[in-house]
Amino acid sequence: MIFNKNLKNILLVIFATLILSACSTAKKSGNVDGDVYTGKETVEYLASGVPDRIFFATNKSSLTTAARETLRKQATYLRKNKNLSVTIEGHADERGTREYNLALGERRANAARDYLMTYGISGKRISVISYGKEKPVNPASTPLAWSQNRRSVTVKVN
Amino acid sequence: MKKLFIIFFLNVLLINKSIALIEVDITRGNLDPLPIAISPLHVDIKSENFGEIKIKELGEEISKIIEDNFRSTGLFNPLKKEAFVQKPDIAHLKPRFEDWRLIKAQALVTGKLLVKDGKLKVEFRLWDLAAAKEMTALAFTTTPSNWRRVAHIISDKIYERLTGEEGYFDTRIIYVAESGPKNQRVKKLAIMDQDGANTKYLTLGNELVLTPRFNPTNQMVTYMSYFRNMPRVYLLDIETGTQEVVGNFPGMTFAPRFSPDGKKIVMSFAKDGNSDIYTMDLDSRVVEKITDHSSIDTSPSFSPDGKFIAFNSDRSGLQQIYVMRSDGSGVKRITFGNGIYGTPVWSPRGDLIAFTKMRKGKFYIGVMRIDGTGERLLTENYYQEAPSWSPNGRVLVFYRETKAGTKGEGFSAKLWSIDITGYNERRLKTETDASDPSWSSLLSK
Repeated sequence: MIFNKNLKNILLVIFATLILSACSTAKKSGNVDGDVYTGKETVEYLASGVPDRIFFATNKSSLTTAARETLRKQATYLRKNKNLSVTIEGHADERGTREYNLALGERRANAARDYLMTYGISGKRISVISYGKEKPVNPASTPLAWSQNRRSVTVKVN
Repeated sequence: MKKLFIIFFLNVLLINKSIALIEVDITRGNLDPLPIAISPLHVDIKSENFGEIKIKELGEEISKIIEDNFRSTGLFNPLKKEAFVQKPDIAHLKPRFEDWRLIKAQALVTGKLLVKDGKLKVEFRLWDLAAAKEMTALAFTTTPSNWRRVAHIISDKIYERLTGEEGYFDTRIIYVAESGPKNQRVKKLAIMDQDGANTKYLTLGNELVLTPRFNPTNQMVTYMSYFRNMPRVYLLDIETGTQEVVGNFPGMTFAPRFSPDGKKIVMSFAKDGNSDIYTMDLDSRVVEKITDHSSIDTSPSFSPDGKFIAFNSDRSGLQQIYVMRSDGSGVKRITFGNGIYGTPVWSPRGDLIAFTKMRKGKFYIGVMRIDGTGERLLTENYYQEAPSWSPNGRVLVFYRETKAGTKGEGFSAKLWSIDITGYNERRLKTETDASDPSWSSLLSK
């Protein structure tokens, strides 16, 4: 048993070390995981506790765990406010060609829309628009700014 | 408006087809620019005033435009006028060749003009100084307000005679004029002469506009607008100012270009998040779906014979360039190099495709053969994209953005050009910041 307990401790230590080293190899800013923004700096709220936006990795439109969680909160909020319609605005960072970014923004906004629909929100209540790289929220030319600009934002329309 | 641009070629005085001693090899770049003397055009004393035009200075002004055009090619070295040894009118009759050779000129341009009865009469001669003879001469008559175009047409004729290639000076560039801070940019359609003169704004800046492109006759422009927050492809008649939405698509249409016969527009349409390539016939309004793939397909560009379309797709994972027949069959990926590729644009000669390449945080403008071989990167920068060809297929215009500071300061967008030799990179003059340039074909063709 003592041996087992020791082993347990050793495993815990190894586990903790792994977590620490994982943290130290993640990209420098504490608010960026890989290259997906995880901070709150630019985020606005549809209602208390319901963030308006989700963030994407470079060239990607797949939803991160955090993005899904945000969208589930939005779905709950939309279910409670049945008369509300929204527009989802899709955006890209400035490090890509203009036309491709328009398509990418469209794909990101639709990824968010599709997810809301799987949580029972009617597609009729959700319109979509892509702005490509035309409307950056952060005008800086830094990896942090780009991560904040790779986003889709849910905006109330009525 | 249209009348303004019609130029009457009265008579070709003399085209001397004898073998010239001077010629400019434009495939080599600007290693050894040809010294050329451009004498001010002699203004006939019988000239009458016309509107605001300063007749006395017109000969000087026209020669200055020709000089600037030639300097911008990098292929010619226009000599300083202070060194000129003969008066314009005398030189135009017959230059003293040995005197001009003394200042190391190899070619000489002379001319004279007369403004009378509301008409501008111009003639010019190009002289081969080594061979001591006239190479080409031309006279034409137009309305005096066309005097800048006269200078460009003369430039084109001389360029043609000396290089054996069609010129590109009597052309215009349509682009997006930008102003305001980076996160609140105001964008307007703008059009200007190739040398930056005569800028006109075609939209007011109330809505976002992007990617204007000329039709083959330069009278129509297709572009993308966010009018009423509905991002759609539009058609604009430059002369009348009439604008209309292209087609009746239930979602975003973007990345438009004309077919080489001007009858169709090829563009992307985003349906449920997926962008495919479509064409619409402008007469019959028939819409055809050209690609059908779950990836992003965009930035289509026709080959000059209309048989093929180059486009950009991320079906392999990241953006690459593909070529297909114009009906959508025979899709073939042509880029396999390191990096990702966008904005393919077919050369007017049909032999090359210009593109934007992104690799390791840098952006390149390059050209490759239409099967993707022979890639040559012409210029590297922090950010640049969207090449557009000069009508003779020798020069590319594109836009370049600077890196911004933490508050967006220091950001700018400008138009640049570079020869396909990789030489002669230069910034185009624009009144404002600028992006998304599209080069017209020759206006007087």
